[in-house]
Amino acid sequence: MSVIAPRVRITTDSRALSFAGVSKTFPDGTVAIGNVDLDVTAGDFVTVVGPSGCGKSTLLRIASGLTAATTGTVDVPAQRIGYVFQDATLLPWRTVRRNVELLGELHGVKRAEREEAAQQAIDLVGLNGFERHLPKALSGGMRMRVSLARSLSLDPDLFLFDEPFGALDEITRERLNDELLRLFVDRRFAALFITHSVSEAVYLSTRVIVMSGRPGRVVADHVVPFAYPRVPELRFTPEFAALCGTISGALREGHS
Amino acid sequence: MTGSSVVTRPSRLVRAIPPLLVFSAIVGVVYAVSYLVLTPRTRFQLPPPHEVVRVAILDPDNARPLFTALGLSAQVALTGLAIAILIGVTLAVVMSQAGWAELSLFPYVVILQCIPVLALVPLIALWLDYGFNARVTVCVLISLFPIVANTLFGLQSADRGQHDLFTLNGANRWTRLVKLQLPAALPAMFAGLRIAAGLAVIGAVVGDFFFRQGQPGIGILIDVYRARLQGEQMFAAVILASLLGVAVFLAFGALNQRVVGRWHDGGRPETT
Repeated sequence: MSVIAPRVRITTDSRALSFAGVSKTFPDGTVAIGNVDLDVTAGDFVTVVGPSGCGKSTLLRIASGLTAATTGTVDVPAQRIGYVFQDATLLPWRTVRRNVELLGELHGVKRAEREEAAQQAIDLVGLNGFERHLPKALSGGMRMRVSLARSLSLDPDLFLFDEPFGALDEITRERLNDELLRLFVDRRFAALFITHSVSEAVYLSTRVIVMSGRPGRVVADHVVPFAYPRVPELRFTPEFAALCGTISGALREGHS
Repeated sequence: MTGSSVVTRPSRLVRAIPPLLVFSAIVGVVYAVSYLVLTPRTRFQLPPPHEVVRVAILDPDNARPLFTALGLSAQVALTGLAIAILIGVTLAVVMSQAGWAELSLFPYVVILQCIPVLALVPLIALWLDYGFNARVTVCVLISLFPIVANTLFGLQSADRGQHDLFTLNGANRWTRLVKLQLPAALPAMFAGLRIAAGLAVIGAVVGDFFFRQGQPGIGILIDVYRARLQGEQMFAAVILASLLGVAVFLAFGALNQRVVGRWHDGGRPETT
């Protein structure tokens, strides 16, 4: 089995997200990110790794429009954006199904249509049978799946992930990584993923971007050459370890 | 949390035993004081419980005015509470929607809480006659603060991530209020309601001491029995007024359990 294969480039020029010279300075004078250029296209799974406080989350907040950039141009041609937060941010009074339906409700999607979309999304993340459960009856990993299903229900063409699996145990995290990859291979959306974990970054992505400490700047940009679908054993290959080593090195350099 | 994770919850019946034991102890002490400490002439100060029941409750001529007064006081307290909920929730919603509204209104809500409402009673009497309206007003004033403060706290309790989610998906102010802030506020709102319910009953009884016109409420009866040294009836009236407070408190507890108990733990540690 050859694990390393040139990545099949999807030949669409449908860019989902484009940053040019983007920086963000907060009112108190802290420079969160400085001069970031970044393009994410459909079929790209771009992961950003960097030390805490380097403005990774700010990058997502700018991409989604929650925060305005101080300088630079932000262009987001993607029509539908899915944002998966660090916490599951479920509404505790709603059942799994009603939580997944929420975004459809907010966008004025008709009832029948949004129920169908919700059911599909629930099936996709493997939560069928739990539709009528309340969040408090679910484990952390399952709540994250609900959160994922909620975003999926709108069928986004750009997915923003803000360290979604950071609080989970390693086994759960790896399972969710595999499910996320399955969805990515299936849908080929554009993804911008934030994480602390180098191996998670390499395992998931088509590209890994390394940011320096504050102010956050791009210090390295690595294409990940492994073909999809990826299997968990990939993590134990020398090539995988080598790439993780290179990226960890860049991370340490950027940090000092 | 205790060391062992498997703690079987005792049944309802078993759990009812300790409070019943305390109750019997209290009744025992009352009998002891009534018969051993007090003389027949001073026994009206703490009449034995069975005499309270016999004279005040089992004698229809005495019971009728007592329950009529209790009904009136309940009406005053519940009307006042309903108005306080209406005003309180509205104020809290207004304050939650704009920083300047909270900034300009909240100090007065706090001041309202600090003013001794009893000091206002003569004013209320001057402005609003001495009847039903004045009594209800006292109940509203006394029970408003916990409703406003808790509802406002609840409306602001939705976390930033949940707000971001609504912002990202283009929710307007109304949608955010109805689908996020109000449901999130319910547990705190009920906590406020339970406090307010007890206060409203106090308001109704206290109002009676000041407003002597119209039909007598339970507070007036308490005062009348006190003046006539009718110990049994006075104790019955005091106990009934207390039970009214307890009943309103329990009713809101049950409503809370029905509305938010399903999804909200109420701060109790999880039992597995």
